[in-house]
Amino acid sequence: MIGIEHYIVVSSILFVLGVLGIFLNRKNIIVILMAIELILLSVNINLVAFSAFLGDLTGQIFAMFVLTVAAGEAAIGLAILVIYFRSRGTIAVDDVNRMKG
Amino acid sequence: MLQIIAFYLFAALVIASGAMTIMSRNPVHSVLWLILAFFNAAGLMVLVGAEFIAMLLVIVYVGAVAVLFLFVVMMLNIDFAELRAGFVKNAPLGLVIALVLVCELVLGLGAYRAGIIELGTPSGEVLLGETNIAQIGELLYGRYLFLFESAGIILLVAMIGAIVLTHREQRSVRGHQNIAKQNARRPEEATELKQPGIGQGVEL
Repeated sequence: MIGIEHYIVVSSILFVLGVLGIFLNRKNIIVILMAIELILLSVNINLVAFSAFLGDLTGQIFAMFVLTVAAGEAAIGLAILVIYFRSRGTIAVDDVNRMKG
Repeated sequence: MLQIIAFYLFAALVIASGAMTIMSRNPVHSVLWLILAFFNAAGLMVLVGAEFIAMLLVIVYVGAVAVLFLFVVMMLNIDFAELRAGFVKNAPLGLVIALVLVCELVLGLGAYRAGIIELGTPSGEVLLGETNIAQIGELLYGRYLFLFESAGIILLVAMIGAIVLTHREQRSVRGHQNIAKQNARRPEEATELKQPGIGQGVEL
C-alpha cells in the first residue's frame, strides 16, 4: 500500500521543479506562468492526498478552489501578456520598467 | 501490487514531464509536456479515490488552461531563441535556491519520520452519499455554499477582466452602436408631424 509520504515526496519534487522553472526562464513569461501552474498542481496533489488519507473531504473542496483561482490567474496573466505584446512587440519581462516603479 | 506499479508510473511520469516543461526549448513543447503532467497528476488522484478532482483537472486544466496557453503561444509571433539567452546564466542561482528548498523539505519529512510533526487526525465525521462525487456535492452545496459562490464571482471577475484588457475598439465597422448618441436622441428632433391636404404629397 502506498503511504502518504510517497505523495508528499512527489508533490515536493514537483513544487521544487516549479520554483526552479521560474528562475531558469526568467525572460520568458509564458514558461513562468506554466511553472506557476506546476506549483499549484503540486499543492493540489498534496491537498488531495491528505484529504484521502485522513478521510476528510475538505481538502478536495479546497483543491477545487485552488483550481478556480489557477484558472482565473492564467486567464488574467495571459490577457496582460497579450496587451503587453501588442504595445511592445516582445514579451521579455526582465527589462519591464515602463512604470519606473 | 497493481496499485504500486501504477503509482510509480504516474509519479515518475509527472516528475519527468514537469522537468521537461521547464527545460524545453520550444514553449509549444512545454505546453504539451504540461498537459502530460496534468494527465498523470489526475491518475495519481484517481489512485487515492478522488475521482471528481481528477476529472476536474483533466477538464479544466487540459481542456481550458492548457489550450489557452497553446493559443497564446501560437498566436503571438515571439522570438523564443532570444528569450532563452539567460538560461545558462540564471541556472546556478536557480539550482542553489532549488537545493535549499529540497533540503528544507527533506528536513520536514525527517521531522515527521522522527515523530515531531503530527499530520492531523481523521475528523471521523459521517459523510453523506456513497460515491466521491455525491459526497463532494453534499459538502459543496451545503457547508461550503458561500465559498462556492465566491469562487463563481472570482471566475466572473477574471472573465470580465480578461475581456476588458484585450478588447480593442473597432472604429470603422458599419452599424456600430453609439449608446450616448442613441440616448441623446429626442422625439422632437427625430420626427416631424405633418398634415398634408388631399391630393398633395409630403415634401421631405
